[in-house]
Amino acid sequence: MSDAEARKSRDEAYWAKPMDQFHVGEVPAEAVNLNVEGRRVAAMAGGFGRMFQVTYKIRLDGADVTPQDVVRVWKERFASFWPRKNKFFGSTQPIAPGDVALLNVKTGGVKTSTGILVLYADDESFSFMTPEGHMFNGMITFSAFTDQGGVTNAQVQGLIRAQDPMYEVGMMLGGKGAEDRMWLHVLKQLAAYFGVEARATVQRVVVDRKRQWEHWRNIKKNAAMRSGLHMAGAPIRALRKPFTRHG
Amino acid sequence: MTQGTLNLDVRQAGNASILDVQGDITAASEQTLMDAYTQASGAKSIILNFSGLEYMNSGGIGLLVTLLVRANRQKQKLLAFGLTEHYKQIFELTRLDEAITIHDSEQDAVASA
Repeated sequence: MSDAEARKSRDEAYWAKPMDQFHVGEVPAEAVNLNVEGRRVAAMAGGFGRMFQVTYKIRLDGADVTPQDVVRVWKERFASFWPRKNKFFGSTQPIAPGDVALLNVKTGGVKTSTGILVLYADDESFSFMTPEGHMFNGMITFSAFTDQGGVTNAQVQGLIRAQDPMYEVGMMLGGKGAEDRMWLHVLKQLAAYFGVEARATVQRVVVDRKRQWEHWRNIKKNAAMRSGLHMAGAPIRALRKPFTRHG
Repeated sequence: MTQGTLNLDVRQAGNASILDVQGDITAASEQTLMDAYTQASGAKSIILNFSGLEYMNSGGIGLLVTLLVRANRQKQKLLAFGLTEHYKQIFELTRLDEAITIHDSEQDAVASA
């Protein structure tokens, strides 16, 4: 294989294929499937709020594992490390580029239905992007590396902006804390899988203080708001059901 | 995934500074990219020449977003040329092409700068 062919094959293997819209595959009956099918990817540089780089990290001190081992297990068992109240409905196969997964996450008392696209995946990292209407624009990357002390670390790093003014306010009123608890839990569970009891750390850096007011209209697609309305309409739908014609 | 190195040369073309990319852009390229941007920061526009790009991972895409934020803060335009079909598709998929204008040639990019 020539260098050019090897490069092309590497590019094709690690990146998602072009797509215009999200398409959700089969999902379990208990999943709320809203706000994902037919949605566009949220623009990497779009969104409303301030941009943060948030890094969650855990040292797997004492575990005899390479970064590749960690990422392989993480891809295979991704959903199993999540807190019970939040659900990741992905493929039964390990995380792969181009996968679309449905998420049902608790946000301020509402079970929000949203999703992710696996933009990129190699042996040491994988990255997700979000659909329009999700809490944030940007990218979240899961990776592992060896630090200067020779210890393998696992890391979650987000480069994110709240998609609309409502999410921006939500982030200031406890959303950040909820996000932190979620990823600290995931890293703790991942470490526990490798027999390590450790605490993860958080580092939050403001990349851009400016709010992008030109994107305030993103609120029309706000997944939390639409999921809340869907929840509120559940009793009416249940009452109507016997009178709905089928066929 | 073994990460290669990045070399960046900075040159002037009218009101624009052109950053000639040679090698891989990954999360490890941050210092090189930001040093080159600092050299180029007086220009009205920054043009990224990707003709010598060998590989870019998602960490590299993240760096371009950070570069875009810095350029926007200075009210500079960020443009690009020399992308392979594959990376053009990645720019479209991530919708980075809505913020970083892609051109077919250096001449076109300089004319738009």
